[in-house]
Amino acid sequence: MNGRNDRFGLGWIGSIGVLIALIALWWLASNAGWVSRVFLPTPQATFASLLEGLNLSSGNDGNGELLAFTQATIGRMVEGWLLASLFGVLLGAAIGVSPSVRAWVQPTLEFIRPLPASALLPLAISIFGLNPGMVLFVVAFGAMWPVLLATVHGFAAVEPRLSEVARCLQMSRAAYIWKMGLPNAMPDILAGMRLALTIALIVAVVGEMIASQSGLGQAILLAARAFRASDLFAGIVLLGLIGFVSNALLAMAEKRLLRWQQP
Amino acid sequence: MTEGRLLRWLRPWVFPAVLVSAFEWYARRAAAMGSDALAPPTAAAKAFVGAAMDGSLWEATGFTLGTAALGLLLGAVLGLALGLVLGLSRRAAQLGSVSIEVLRPVPSVALIPLAMLGFGFGVRMEVAIVAFATFWPLLVLVQSAVQQIEPRLLEVSRVLGLSARERAFKIVLPAIVPRLFVALRLGVAVALVVAVTVEIAANPHGMGYAMMIAQQSFDPALMLAWLGWIGVVGFAVNAGMVRLQAFVARRMGVQP
Repeated sequence: MNGRNDRFGLGWIGSIGVLIALIALWWLASNAGWVSRVFLPTPQATFASLLEGLNLSSGNDGNGELLAFTQATIGRMVEGWLLASLFGVLLGAAIGVSPSVRAWVQPTLEFIRPLPASALLPLAISIFGLNPGMVLFVVAFGAMWPVLLATVHGFAAVEPRLSEVARCLQMSRAAYIWKMGLPNAMPDILAGMRLALTIALIVAVVGEMIASQSGLGQAILLAARAFRASDLFAGIVLLGLIGFVSNALLAMAEKRLLRWQQP
Repeated sequence: MTEGRLLRWLRPWVFPAVLVSAFEWYARRAAAMGSDALAPPTAAAKAFVGAAMDGSLWEATGFTLGTAALGLLLGAVLGLALGLVLGLSRRAAQLGSVSIEVLRPVPSVALIPLAMLGFGFGVRMEVAIVAFATFWPLLVLVQSAVQQIEPRLLEVSRVLGLSARERAFKIVLPAIVPRLFVALRLGVAVALVVAVTVEIAANPHGMGYAMMIAQQSFDPALMLAWLGWIGVVGFAVNAGMVRLQAFVARRMGVQP
């Protein structure tokens, strides 16, 4: 912060002020009718939809489904992400630990990397049909790539002297992976896992839209089709919140797990 | 050494060849058992040639690439402009930080229904979503690139009494060109992925929709052809961007 800590508090307040100003602009634009309310609901309507959907409003009839949808989407995202992380690290370690396997397989991995994860949805639908397991599979598969490639990269970038030490100590391959490869690849893996979480959320939402699985993705699509803009915005707000919270949690975990690296 | 070179040239193709043959065998066996969910790669290749001959392949590819490029252009220009401002002014960066942190994690696909409402189907909704998705990475990378400009360059511009505009165009922009191309490379990858995703989820145009329709009309050969083609296009575009970025970096004298 370059000795600007004294002004940090003030800057933070100003920063919140800018956000409030943006919301005020939204309020003004929707209330004054600059933008049709069909597309842009007022902030208060969005907030009311959120409260109603989450069963928090005063005249609560208990019909709000947003909480269940949010849980479904988060569950799909987290399950897919955990599977992706597990298989990404396992496969990545298996490929990355051996230079010869890397040489044979890595070009194929690099080819598949730019393929959009959602492009696998039609294939998965025709193999598995429209069911929750299919969406979970695509979420996990799509989110696996960044972890897998990061793990391979982390293993490939082990300091050659460390590998020599391992050879001198006659470490077994398992010990080498556990004691040298994985710690060395850890920063790469965590960065990959962070990217994977973003992808998992996106693919989960797209999967819910296409395969009509209950969740926020399906909810916002139906809200848009029925021109219920405030419900649509409530869903978008919740999705943004999921992205924000999951990213923040992972950033915290990353800082903690990589503390040993700081001098 | 010719044998070694041949091996090195062939090596990348062995693993895909094994995968494709395994898939061919599996799909043929499944077809023999009466399943029509999959098609062997040979049938996909035939479907691909058919789509290339009747022109539908090029039309859909052109739509997706063109829309992704338009969206990227919009997102990149906006991201570059705001990134310059936030990078040059510490106060602006501080003021904008909370809003950016709140808005950035909104998944771009969440805006698909909103764009559908606002723009209907077609080019505009897809451009809007691609622009939103590419805006954030460009903004963040440009901002950090500007913040890492050699401070002496900015001091020179101050000593010379350059106006803000001159400073931006004569000092700052040339200084960040290599990093700007790194950001653009990332932007191109994001734009392509988001464009295809929008087409799969909603927009009835382009490569994503063509694949979705092939699946829904139980034409697995055509669907696989599209999947492979989307992979090839994505790979080619990304490889081209990597080359371009390396070329620019070399021209600008960046040590790799």
